[in-house]
Amino acid sequence: MIVEVGHFALVLALAMAIVQSLVPLWGAARDDEAMARVGAPTAVAQCLLVTISFLALTWAYMTSDFSVENVVANSHSAKPLVYKISGVWGNHEGSMLLWVLILALFGAAAALFGRDMPLKLRANVLAVQGMVSVAFLLFILATSNPFARLVPAPAEGRDLNPLLQDPGLAIHPPLLYVGYVGFSIAFSFAAGALISGRIDAAWARWTRPWVMIAWIFLTLGIAMGSYWAYYELGWGGFWFWDPVENASLMPWLSGTALVHSIIVMEKRDALKVWTLFLAIVTFSLSLLGTFLVRSGVLTSVHSFATDPQRGVFILAILVIFIGGALALYAWRAPMLKQGGIFAPISREGALVLNNLLLSACTATVFVGTLYPLALEATTGEKISVGAPFFNLTFGPLFLPLLLIVPFGQALAWKRGDLAAVTQRLIFAGVAALILVGLLWAVTSGESVLAILGAGLALFVIVGSIGEVIGRVWRKGVSLPLALRRAVGLPLSAWGTAFAHAGLGVSLLGLAATGWGVEKIVTVKIGEIVPIAGYEVRVRALEPRAEANYSETVAAMDVLRDGVKIADITPSKRLYTTRQMPTTEAGIATIGFGQVYVALADDAGPDRVGMRLYWKPLVLLIWIGSLVMAFGGALSLADRRMRVGVARRAPARLAPAE
Amino acid sequence: MTRKGRRLALIGSSLAVVAVALGLVLFAMRSNVTYFFSPAEIVEKNVAPGTRLRVGGLVKEGSVKKESGQKVVFAVTDTTRDIAVTYVGLLPDLFREGQGVVVEGVLDSHERFSATTVLAKHDETYMPREVADSLKKQGHWQGEAKAGAEAGSAPKK
Repeated sequence: MIVEVGHFALVLALAMAIVQSLVPLWGAARDDEAMARVGAPTAVAQCLLVTISFLALTWAYMTSDFSVENVVANSHSAKPLVYKISGVWGNHEGSMLLWVLILALFGAAAALFGRDMPLKLRANVLAVQGMVSVAFLLFILATSNPFARLVPAPAEGRDLNPLLQDPGLAIHPPLLYVGYVGFSIAFSFAAGALISGRIDAAWARWTRPWVMIAWIFLTLGIAMGSYWAYYELGWGGFWFWDPVENASLMPWLSGTALVHSIIVMEKRDALKVWTLFLAIVTFSLSLLGTFLVRSGVLTSVHSFATDPQRGVFILAILVIFIGGALALYAWRAPMLKQGGIFAPISREGALVLNNLLLSACTATVFVGTLYPLALEATTGEKISVGAPFFNLTFGPLFLPLLLIVPFGQALAWKRGDLAAVTQRLIFAGVAALILVGLLWAVTSGESVLAILGAGLALFVIVGSIGEVIGRVWRKGVSLPLALRRAVGLPLSAWGTAFAHAGLGVSLLGLAATGWGVEKIVTVKIGEIVPIAGYEVRVRALEPRAEANYSETVAAMDVLRDGVKIADITPSKRLYTTRQMPTTEAGIATIGFGQVYVALADDAGPDRVGMRLYWKPLVLLIWIGSLVMAFGGALSLADRRMRVGVARRAPARLAPAE
Repeated sequence: MTRKGRRLALIGSSLAVVAVALGLVLFAMRSNVTYFFSPAEIVEKNVAPGTRLRVGGLVKEGSVKKESGQKVVFAVTDTTRDIAVTYVGLLPDLFREGQGVVVEGVLDSHERFSATTVLAKHDETYMPREVADSLKKQGHWQGEAKAGAEAGSAPKK
C-alpha cells in the first residue's frame, strides 16, 4: 500500500510540475499576476509529493519489502539498517529519485526564499525549474520506475553490490547530487533572466548564494568520492581520470569559474552575458554527467544497469535543455545591455584570466572524456584517453592558474597596482623558494615536479592567508587592534582566503604523491617488511564470518624503530549472496601520511601477498577540499550574501531592451 | 589604457589561452591515447612491437601461472588468437580464468605483452564493454555466465 502511495505521489508530482512549468510562464508573458504567482505554491507542493514518494521507497527498503523489484535487486534482509537506507540510492532507479528529490527541494527553496524578487523573474525562474522536473519525473515514470512490483515475491533479495556497502554510499551521492542539481537554480535563473529580458547586478545577488551552495556541495561530493575510491577499491589511487570522475570535475571547473565571474557581475556590473553563459554551461555539464553515468554509455561502478531506452531518453533531455537554453541565449543575449570593459591589471582583470583558464581546463577535460566516445561512434575505433593525456593538457593550464590566485586576491578593483601586489607577495615567494631549496637538498633533486608543486602550493597558501593578515596587521599595529580588525573584516574576505589556501593544501598533498613508496611482497607471519622508515609485520591470519560475508583478516602491526605505533587489519572479503570478493585496505594514519596495505588473493596458511604503500601527506588532498568548502561556507555566511538581502538593492530595474 | 587597448588585451589573452589549450590537446592526442585491440586484431592490423595499447579478451582457462615474486603470466584470448601476458603486481579481485579482462601495457611481439595494468569487471553484472563487444563480434556472446565456459572450447565457426 505504502509503495503504491509513493508511486501515485510521483505521478501527482509530475502533474504539479507541468502546471509549474506552464502557468507562471504564461502569466509572466501576459502580465497576469495571479497566474504568475502559481509558481511558488506548485513548487512547494511538488517538493512535498516527491518527498512522500522518496520516503515510501525508503520504507520499502527499511522493511525489506521483497515484493518490490527494486528492493529485491539491491537489498538483503541481513544487511545492516544504514546500508538498507543508503541502498535506496545505490541503484539506478533510486538514485534518479534522489536526483529529482533534490531538484524539487531546490525548487521549493527558491520559491520560499525568492519572495522579494521581481514577480516576472520569479515566475520565469520557477517555470524553468519546473520544466527540468517534468523531464526527469517523466524519465523515472516511463523508464525507471522504482516502485514496480514483482509477483511472486521472492523470500530474499539479491543484495547490494558489496563495493557500495560502505558509509561512503550514504554520504557521497547525496553530496554530489546537491552539487550537480544545485546548479539547476543558476540555470533557471539564467533562463529566467533571458526570458524576462533584463539582467543586472541584483540578478547576481539573487543567484550567487545558490551557486555558492552548489559549489560547496560539489566540492565535498567529489572529495568524498575520491576518498571512498581510495580506501574501498584497494588500488591505493584516488583519482583515475575515469570518465565518470571527469563528469563531476567538469561542472566543478565551470562552476568555479561561475563563482568568480558572478562576483564581477555583482560588484562591477560587468561580464553579465558571460556569466549567464557559464550558468547555462555549468548545469549543462551536470546534465551531461548524469547522461554519461546513467545511460550506460560508460561502464563503471557507477553505471548500475544498461538499458538503451534510458540512454536515448536522457540524451533527449540533454538535447532539449542544452539546445533550448543555448538557442534562447543566442536569441536574447545580444539584446541584453553589455557591461563595461575594464583594465587588465585589476581584480576583475584577474578574475577574467581565472575564467579563461578554468574554461580552457573544462574544455580539455571535455575533449578527453568525449573524444573516445565520438571516435567509436563514428569510426568504430576504440581508444582510451587516460592520465598521461590529462596530465599533459590539464596540468599546464591549471598550474598557471594557481600561480595567479594570490595576485588576483590581492589586486584592487578597477585599477590594481601590480608592483605593489608583487611586493606584498615577496614573503610568500621567498617562503616557497626556501621550501623548494630545502626539498631539493633533502631529496637530492629527485622528482622535480613534486618539489616544484610543493613550492607552488606553499606560495598559494602563504599568499592567500598573508593577504588577509596584511589587511589587519602591519609593523606597529598592536595585537588587540589587529584582532579587532580581523573580526571587522567581512566574512567573504576570510572565505576567499580559506578557499584559496585549501586549494594550496590539496596541491601540497598531490605534490607529495611524488615521494610515495610502493612495494609488492609476499610475507610470512612474523616477518618484518620495512617501508619508508616504518616497518610492517603480520601478526596472524584469521578467517572470520559476518552476517552477509566471510573474510580473511591479516592482523598487522605498524612499527617505528621497533616500537608498535598502529594496528591495521586489511582483509579479503567474499560476499556470500553475490559470490563477490572485495579487498578491504588496512590504513594506518601517521600525521598526514598513511601506511596503506591491500591483500592479494593468494593467502596461504602462513603467508600472504600484499601491496604496501607509504603515502606521505596524502590526507592533505582531502583536508584541502574541506578547507575550500569551509571557505565557501564562510563566504555564504557573509551578511551581504544572505538569500533575500538583495531586496535592499536599489530598485532601478530598467528593462534592458 | 584606452578602451580600445583594453578590448585588445581581453581578446588577445583569450586567443592566447585558447591557442595554448588547443595546442596541448592536439599534441597530447598524438602520443597519449591508447588504442584498444583484441589479440586477433593485433596480428590483423600488424601493430608494431613497442606500442602502448590495451588488449581485451578472456583469460584462457588453465593459462594462469604465478611465478616468483608477484609475477603472473596468463594468456588473453579472443578465441581465434591468444597473447601471452606478463604482469607484476596484485591482480584485481575479480580476475579469474575464463572471465573478461582488459590489460594495458606494451606489446613485445605479436605473441607477447607486458602489462602494467590489469582491469577486470567490477561485479558479476559488469564486463568491460570492449570485451563484450569483441566477443559479440565473433559470435561468442552467450550472456555472462556462458561466455566463460565457451572460451576454453575450440571456436565454432
